[in-house]
Amino acid sequence: MEKFWADFTKKFTMAFVTGDRWKLYLRGMGTTLELTACALVIGVILGVLVAVIRSAHDQQRLGKRNFALGVLNVLCKIYTTVIRGTPMLVQLLIWGFIIFKTSRNRFFVGMLGLGINSGAYVAEIVRGGLMSVDAGQSEAGRSLGLDYVDTMRFIIVPQAFKNILPALGNEFIVLFKDTSLVSAIGAAEVLYYAEAVGSKTYEYMFPYIGTAVMYLVFCIILTWLQGMLERRLRQSDRR
Amino acid sequence: MIDVKNLTKSFGDHLVLHNISEHIHPGEKVVVIGPSGSGKSTFLRCLNLLETPTSGSITFEGQEITDPKADINAIRRQMGMVFQHFNLFPNMTIRKNITLAPVRTKLMSQAEADETAITLLKRVGLEEKADAYPAQLSGGQKQRIAIVRALAMKPKLMLFDEPTSALDPEMVGEVLAVMKELAHEGMTMVVVTHEMGFAREVGTRVLFMDEGKILEQNEPHAFFANPKEQRTIDFLSKVL
Ligand SMILES: Nc1ncnc2c1ncn2[C@@H]1O[C@H](COP(=O)(O)OP(=O)(O)O)[C@@H](O)[C@H]1O
Ligand SMILES: [Mg+2]
Repeated sequence: MEKFWADFTKKFTMAFVTGDRWKLYLRGMGTTLELTACALVIGVILGVLVAVIRSAHDQQRLGKRNFALGVLNVLCKIYTTVIRGTPMLVQLLIWGFIIFKTSRNRFFVGMLGLGINSGAYVAEIVRGGLMSVDAGQSEAGRSLGLDYVDTMRFIIVPQAFKNILPALGNEFIVLFKDTSLVSAIGAAEVLYYAEAVGSKTYEYMFPYIGTAVMYLVFCIILTWLQGMLERRLRQSDRR
Repeated sequence: MIDVKNLTKSFGDHLVLHNISEHIHPGEKVVVIGPSGSGKSTFLRCLNLLETPTSGSITFEGQEITDPKADINAIRRQMGMVFQHFNLFPNMTIRKNITLAPVRTKLMSQAEADETAITLLKRVGLEEKADAYPAQLSGGQKQRIAIVRALAMKPKLMLFDEPTSALDPEMVGEVLAVMKELAHEGMTMVVVTHEMGFAREVGTRVLFMDEGKILEQNEPHAFFANPKEQRTIDFLSKVL
């Protein structure tokens, strides 16, 4: 027993204390959070764009189809199909080692890969949210003479937003955890540092478990925040 | 005012409207009746292009609205529509529900629209609900607001699709009363309804639809007194 504790302390010290290594994990976690935020911004912009193009296309009047919109719609469909039909790790490897083979800015490559991946999922979330609003709402708006953009802006999107937020929160948490994959293409986030420490000390258990604990703590906080937000929204429904 | 020529509409290979031609004059109160699924809603929704006709043409005030180049938003501003399920915007107050379209389409300034909203709300006895949300209203109140919302655009024509069908019986009267008042003021109206009393009292013409066609039509008293087609007689015997 005593031997176990001595061993434990030694490995713990090696993994976190020696050479102020705990700072590496924190720096890595900082990068992880930055990556998540940047990728989410890219994901939301791409996702909303794709969702709007696809809904606008589906709502066109027969006999008045717009050719450019048709082309864009096909591109959007290909995008969501390819991204959602292939593993994120494989996508990241393609971005990192084939498309941006020579780029030294691994953070940027990882961010792009994650954002483009996330966009496809956000697009489906937003599209689902827009479709969840009763068709009568859009008909009422249009029958009053409002155009498509105003109907979306004042009537459909505000109502869809409430339905979208919970799913968007989940996407944020999934994305946060998926950032660990970019260590595979050499972006210096928290898992990357944990592996660096492990390869130096030949001891991986503590760095890995330390990383897992950090992720878990953040996920618990995010889930809690999400729950609060949802309760807020539900309250405003009851007015 | 509206001229419908050879209007045909199908959903896929399901033919819903079969070569309908009809003319609606200014000031008319046309009541459309018929069994469920006969195409009444589709006919009404074609008039403001919520449904795109498969073939045929519709002309409103001399302008062909089925022309792909027609400005459909400008045309819709001149036609109000009231739906069975009200379709008020739940994310806005009643005042905003009413003023959104007149302001966004630049028909009125916000101040003018607010004033119009209050005047109209007073007319239907709901001015104290201006700052309420739709969820706080009863069905009858919602439908009266929906009528007011359409009127705020100062339309030349009002389309009603079973405006009282989703209401509890005790609320039907208050909505019909608003529609009667509107009729007396001279509004041109096309009303799909199962309220035969309303058809008799307010209608200037009754159209009976069956299987995508206007099977029979007449001035209301003659229509109810001497229906000619067997289908009409069967239908009336069920609803009267
Ligand atoms: N959007 C649609 N897609 C497919 N079929 C439809 C659609 N709208 C209506 N229909 C069909 O058209 C027929 C007529 O419907 P409708 O005009 O709503 O009849 P009514 O209002 O007289 O009850 C029905 O058989 C209905 O199922
Ligand atoms: Mg109907």
